[in-house]
Amino acid sequence: MSDNTNSIRELAVQGLWRNNPGLVQLLGLCPLLAVTGTVTNALGLGLATLLVLLGSNVVVSLVRTVVPSEIRIPVFVLIIASFVTVVQLLMNAYTFGLYQSLGIFIPLIVTNCAIIGRAEAFASKNAVLPSAVDALMMGLGFLLVLVALGAMREILGQGTLFDGADLLLGDWAAVLRIELFALDTQFLLAMLPPGAFIGMGLLIALKNLIDARLQQRQQQAVGITRARVTTQ
Amino acid sequence: MILPVSKNALLLALIALVCVTILGLVNQLTQPKIAEQQLANKLAILNDVLPENTASETLLADCILVTNPQLLGRPTPQAIYRLRDGGQISAFVVETTAPDGYSGNIDLMVAVTPAGTVLGSRVLTHQETPGLGDKIERRRSAWIDSFQGVQISPDNSATWAVKKDGGQFDQFTGATITPRAVVSAVYNAGLLIIQQPGLANRPANCGASQ
Repeated sequence: MSDNTNSIRELAVQGLWRNNPGLVQLLGLCPLLAVTGTVTNALGLGLATLLVLLGSNVVVSLVRTVVPSEIRIPVFVLIIASFVTVVQLLMNAYTFGLYQSLGIFIPLIVTNCAIIGRAEAFASKNAVLPSAVDALMMGLGFLLVLVALGAMREILGQGTLFDGADLLLGDWAAVLRIELFALDTQFLLAMLPPGAFIGMGLLIALKNLIDARLQQRQQQAVGITRARVTTQ
Repeated sequence: MILPVSKNALLLALIALVCVTILGLVNQLTQPKIAEQQLANKLAILNDVLPENTASETLLADCILVTNPQLLGRPTPQAIYRLRDGGQISAFVVETTAPDGYSGNIDLMVAVTPAGTVLGSRVLTHQETPGLGDKIERRRSAWIDSFQGVQISPDNSATWAVKKDGGQFDQFTGATITPRAVVSAVYNAGLLIIQQPGLANRPANCGASQ
C-alpha cells in the first residue's frame, strides 16, 4: 500500500514539476502559446487537453496487451483522434461560446505531442490506474502552465482576470471577472504572440531558478553527511 | 494460416471500425444540440442588430442570397434577411464583408430600413489587432453603435467616413484602417439596399440552415 502511494506521489512530482509537459518537455507549444491570451481560454483548452489525455491514456493502457507493437502508433493516433473529435463535438454542443473563441485549437489537440508522448512512454507499458494518474498529473501540469501564462498575459494586456468566464462555465461565472485596473491603451506586446514567447521564457527561467536553488540546498546537505562519513 | 501482417491489418481495421462507430454515435447524439446552438447564436446576432426582439425563425427563412463583390466585399453569395411588418418590409439585415481590414476580412451584419437608415450593426468575425482594432467588437467598445439611426444615401458618402478623413465617425487611437474599413462596409451595405429595391420581391432562396 505504501509502495502504491509512493508511486502516485512520484507520478505527481513528475507530471506537475520535474517533467512538466509545458515547462520541461516543451510539448504542445502551439496551443500553449496561441490560446493563452486570457485565463478563460487557457482553462478551456487545458481542461479539454486533460480530458483527452486521460481518455487516451486509459484506453491505450487497456489495449496495450492486445495491440502488437508494430501497429501501436497508428492505433494510438486513432484513439487520440477519436477522443479529440468527441471532445470537440461535446464542446460545440454544450459550450458554444468557448468553442467559437478556441476555434481551430481544439482539433489541434490531436497534434499535441504531449498526448501521444504519454501514450507511448507511459500508458503502453503500465496498468490502467497508474496510467490514469499519470495522465491526470501530466494534464494538470500542462493546465497549470497554461493558466499561469494566461493570467500573466491577461493582467498585463488588459488588466483583468477571467474575462469571458461565462463562455466556459455558464452565465453565473460572469461574476468571476476581476478588473484589476482599467487601461485606456492596452499593453499590446503581452497580447500578441511575442508576449507569449517572452512570458513562456520567463516561466521556464523561474522554474530553473527554483530548481537550481533546491539543488544547491540539497548539495549542501549531502556535503555535510559526506563530511561525517569521512571522519568515521 | 494467417500471415502476421494480415492479422495486424485486420486488427487495425477492427479498431478503426470501433472508433468510427463511437464517433458516429456521439455525432448523432450531439447534432440536434449543435444545430440548436447555431440557430440560437444566429438569432441572438439578428436580435442585436434589430431594434426590438423581432428576430424569429420566420426571419431566418425569409432570406435571399446576393453576390455583389463591389458592395458586399466578397466574390461568394451572402445572405440578406428580410424583416416584414405585415406585408411591408420594415428592415433588411445584410451579411457583408469589409475586405480592406488591417489583417484580412471583417465580417459584419448590418440592419437597414428600405429607406436607408441604419438600425444596428455587429461584427461577426475579424482578425484585427487585439487591443487596437478589436474595439469594433460590441463587448469591447460601444463604437459600433455610432451607426445607429444614421441615414445612408448615394449623395452623403462624404460624411460616411472617419473624422480623420472629414467624416462623422470616430477612429481609434493608433488604428484608423480598421474603422475606415467598417464604416465603408456599412455604407456600401446600405447603398445596395437603396440601389436595388427589387430585393424585396425576390423569392427566398437560402433556406433556414443558412
